[in-house]
Amino acid sequence: MFTNLRQLFRYRALIQGLAARELKARYRGSALGFLWSFVNPLLLLLIYTFVFTVVMPGTHPPEYEPYALFMFCGILPWTWFSTSLLESSNSLIAGGNLIRKVLFPAEVLPITTVFANLAHFCLGLPILALFLLYYRSPVLTLDLLWLPVIILVQLLLSLGLALALSALTAIFRDVRDLLTNLVTVWFFATPIIYPYSQAPAAVRPYLAANPFTHLARAYQDVLFTPGPYTAWPHLLELGAASVVVFFAGYFIFDRLRDALPESV
Amino acid sequence: MNAIEVRDVRKVYQRFSQRRQFSTLKSALLGGGMARTFRPDESLEALKGVTFDVRRGQSFGVVGRNGSGKSTMLKLLAGIGKPTSGTIAVQGRVSALIELGAGFHPEISGRENVFINGLMLGLTRKEIARRFDEIVAFAELEDFIDAPVKTYSSGMYMRLGFAVATHVDPDVLLVDEVLAVGDEAFTHKCLDTFAEFRRRGRTVILVTHSLDLVDRFCDEALWLDHGVIRGQGDPRRVVDEYRLDVARVADRQLTEGNQQAAARVAVTTAITEEPTAAPDGSVEKAPASSEPQDMFQAVEGRWGSREAEVVGVEILGSDDSPTTVHDTGGRLTIQLRVRAPQRITDAVFGIGIFNAEGTCCYGTNTLIDAPGPQLLEGDATVRFQIDPLDLVAGSYRLDVAVHRPDGAPYDYHRLLYSFRVTSPLAEVGISRLRHTWHFAGGVGAGDRA
Repeated sequence: MFTNLRQLFRYRALIQGLAARELKARYRGSALGFLWSFVNPLLLLLIYTFVFTVVMPGTHPPEYEPYALFMFCGILPWTWFSTSLLESSNSLIAGGNLIRKVLFPAEVLPITTVFANLAHFCLGLPILALFLLYYRSPVLTLDLLWLPVIILVQLLLSLGLALALSALTAIFRDVRDLLTNLVTVWFFATPIIYPYSQAPAAVRPYLAANPFTHLARAYQDVLFTPGPYTAWPHLLELGAASVVVFFAGYFIFDRLRDALPESV
Repeated sequence: MNAIEVRDVRKVYQRFSQRRQFSTLKSALLGGGMARTFRPDESLEALKGVTFDVRRGQSFGVVGRNGSGKSTMLKLLAGIGKPTSGTIAVQGRVSALIELGAGFHPEISGRENVFINGLMLGLTRKEIARRFDEIVAFAELEDFIDAPVKTYSSGMYMRLGFAVATHVDPDVLLVDEVLAVGDEAFTHKCLDTFAEFRRRGRTVILVTHSLDLVDRFCDEALWLDHGVIRGQGDPRRVVDEYRLDVARVADRQLTEGNQQAAARVAVTTAITEEPTAAPDGSVEKAPASSEPQDMFQAVEGRWGSREAEVVGVEILGSDDSPTTVHDTGGRLTIQLRVRAPQRITDAVFGIGIFNAEGTCCYGTNTLIDAPGPQLLEGDATVRFQIDPLDLVAGSYRLDVAVHRPDGAPYDYHRLLYSFRVTSPLAEVGISRLRHTWHFAGGVGAGDRA
């Protein structure tokens, strides 16, 4: 397993090339080009802003104003996370011809998907920055140093899950459909469109069991909540857990590797 | 020094029933135990214990019918999939030409695809940049390299795929029947590339149905049949054995077909014999199979008016017992059992010998030779004796016929019988011409090899 991981490192240029190809190919021939990457999260944002500020105003505590900005801090990383999982679960089947006919490490495909979506996420950050400037949000520069750490933790978590899901989907096709539904549930089980503090105390332990809860709260703490970021020990715990998830995901992939050329 | 060592490799593909596709995880979770889902309904053993070595620098051909396990073997050599049991050791960098341009993305340019494909095959960005111009020049795509690959013709696509895969500079190149898809110029180019590989001492494994290519290009050949090795060694010998086997299977099918046709003809003649007997005595009967337009076309079959019939053909060896394998220089007898229900006075017996390529090696009949037309009534035996049998090693097929002096056939058997000639000598060509060597002057016995 570790020799395979080392070998994977040699293929980093391929992952980079494939991710760039993915981005280029996706928007080739479309008029708006890469702007489409923002349409999805912006539309989500628009809908929830409408619901929570126009239809049901006053459902959230006043310290979460502007509420649109609060939600956007969670929606943007969630879009990266959910799209990564959904696309990577399909990545081996889509690249089946490659796996059957070219010798290269198949894990490159789900990993590429996660990185391509990371690129989308990074392209969305300037928009988030514009929002922050527009609302004159009191962001501490020192807090921003935590942002790369949060992104790294999310990256490890996404990679681990993407690896496991891609291999499992290749062998059990219904993982894909299961996942589509799970992602919807997962979204509402994460404090993205509602603040964690508003959840009833009885529900909070369940929310806390959801790893993305901690990631979403970290983004919100760093980018939205005034005052310095103090929950970083939580983040480091999650980081350690993400490392475990990554290796577990890679282990599952490695175990199923030999069955892949015949399953996809 | 072996580039490839394959030891007792088995590969079992498991086939699952249709049912599994519709109820996978659900039934596995609900229906009690994953084990049941994982249990295959049927398994297919593509390779049944294959062992062979390929020396470094060798060009190695693999032949066999469809479904014989050739492509499975190649994929295992390439590292795509693992053998169910046994071991495979390959020394050095491997490049596999299984499908040309398999990794290309249609939306992006040829240039980007070359880089991605090269990275996929294990090159570094720098190595690709260094070889880039060479790749493009080989693929003859200088003017189109920045156009999206989806705009390429299939020929351009293939050339680019081939160019990238061969410029990886592998120690072992695996080729699976990719030459069959290109035009003549492309095929020549590919062959030149393989020859270049060979000169540089690289190993090439060629899986192909083009037997001439194996014969011409390979140092050694392997014949796979239903997952087992049927022959290995000198390509000419292996290819001939394989050809003979293919011919034998075709023979069997044809003989069965001919027997059915003969039975049909027998029934129709029994009914129509009396009425169709014309005043001049000639009887028109339906032929078993239609006569081909061009007699030199190598199509198997049997036809003729059947006023005289060849009812049995035996090929006898030096000891006059029936055999299909003959030593060169020995005696070979072709024994025809013939029958004429009514007396005919103009029967000419003919024999033709063809090699595996379909080239006529020798042909004669009793009109060309001294005996002349024969009178024939009832059952008879005709023996055609060749002594010595001066054919080079290989497989041969026979035409036997009885016909009128003007060539109109009574019964013509086209390429229905085959025999093999073995020889301790590696002569080439068709026939062993009688010869002697004479030396004079500064020439004498030297060193062997």
